Amino acid sequence: MNINKQNFYHFIPKFIGKGALGLIIAIGTTVSFLIFAIFKALIPPFYLNEYLKQIIRIGLASLPVVGLTAFFTGGALALQIYSGGTRLNAESAVPSIVAIGFLRELGPVLCGLMVAGRVSASIAAEIATMKVTEQIDALTTLGTDPIKYLVSPRIVVATIFLPILTTIGNIIGIFGGYLISTERLGFNPTLYIESSIKYIEFSDIYSSLIKAAVFGMIISTMGCYFGFKASRGALGVGKATTDAVVFSSILILAFNYFLTELLFRA
Amino acid sequence: MKSKICSKKFENKIILNDLNFKIFRGKSIGVMGPSGTGKSMLLKCILGLTEYDGKILYEGKILEKKNRELLYNNSGMLFQGGALFDSLNVWQNISFKRINNKTYSKRDSISIVRKMLKEVELGTEILNNMPSELSGGMQKRVALARAIVNEPRILFFDEPTTGLDPLTTKAINKLILNLINKNNVTSIIISHDPLSIKKICDEVIFLTNGKIEWHGSVKEMSNSRHKMLKDYLNSNR
Repeated sequence: MNINKQNFYHFIPKFIGKGALGLIIAIGTTVSFLIFAIFKALIPPFYLNEYLKQIIRIGLASLPVVGLTAFFTGGALALQIYSGGTRLNAESAVPSIVAIGFLRELGPVLCGLMVAGRVSASIAAEIATMKVTEQIDALTTLGTDPIKYLVSPRIVVATIFLPILTTIGNIIGIFGGYLISTERLGFNPTLYIESSIKYIEFSDIYSSLIKAAVFGMIISTMGCYFGFKASRGALGVGKATTDAVVFSSILILAFNYFLTELLFRA
Repeated sequence: MKSKICSKKFENKIILNDLNFKIFRGKSIGVMGPSGTGKSMLLKCILGLTEYDGKILYEGKILEKKNRELLYNNSGMLFQGGALFDSLNVWQNISFKRINNKTYSKRDSISIVRKMLKEVELGTEILNNMPSELSGGMQKRVALARAIVNEPRILFFDEPTTGLDPLTTKAINKLILNLINKNNVTSIIISHDPLSIKKICDEVIFLTNGKIEWHGSVKEMSNSRHKMLKDYLNSNR
């Protein structure tokens, strides 16, 4: 394509404008999709079987992944803080930093990212496959609202269960730090537990839960949204899955920053 | 049912244009035409699965988003690929509407599903099978059972025999014909197979480029001198 100087100057604002407009439309449709799903979750009929399936799938099935990740990260965190702390003679800060670091930051973010990889991808793949094989159309013709049947249970369950998963992850992560510190770094177990609890504040706990709930909402919304947007067969299913994981992960990290600003503003 | 679809666009391309036709109770109408002429899109418009410009009347009422239930409660649809729910087994698929609407208990529902399976000439041993464990022909039959389980007054078929072997095609056509005749059901059938259309339908619509190119009775179709229709029918022999 021959782009002369004048066309090039036109091209830049057009490109930026088109991109900005696309972004605004995407945000608008995603937010309205989420609001619709939440609104529809509040009015009967309630598909309790679907909720139960999602509790098992999103909640219980994610436990091993979250637990293992939290355990090893807790151990690695204790080692890192210990090795860095020796430079400042601050080895004694290991228990409190592991606990606070996990509660405030690592717990919800790690749990969010791990569940995003597992759940967001599977939600997107399932719904996208249903879309391209006309199963969603079949739901409609059978008088069932696809948003209410497919999206609402996933969003509600993910929003409620991610805080639960994160709490379990936090406990396992802190336990991982405790195990490495006492068995490998020679910390006194009683003193370790005491100083872990001593510096924890209530705000550390509720901020962790709030972050986790928001991440749960992001993960399920992205999975459902990209699943519903899918078209063009197997290629569309693959794209929906990738987009769901990529956008969930980016949004988790972005929202983590904004929530940290909001919850821990000095 | 009266359909007046002025236009349906997809990615700025006009898919359906000025479609105007009526279907009378108990009659079957076949929609034929080359691939990509908007046959499936026509069904999607009637069922409210896609947006369109125009009016569709069902029993004198204009179908809109808020009253589309009126049609869903009285209709069944057999999708091209069956569209059985992957995560549900055969009986859950067939009794989906009844279970979700809580109109029947699980026990009643199973007995109805057994009856439906018999109707579509399938054994009850597949009740707990998942769709992926069934052959293409069996999936179509299960999907047909799901479409008729609520005793619909109007049935929609989107290429019901596509991808099936000649024997299964014959069997499915026979089943459809029996169902329509037995229950005096109104039906719209999209098909590439003129033989199936001739057997099942009273009227035929021939679509090209989203427009009605020819509309008449099955008898008229066989004697028609319309060039495009004739070429189409000959190419399918």
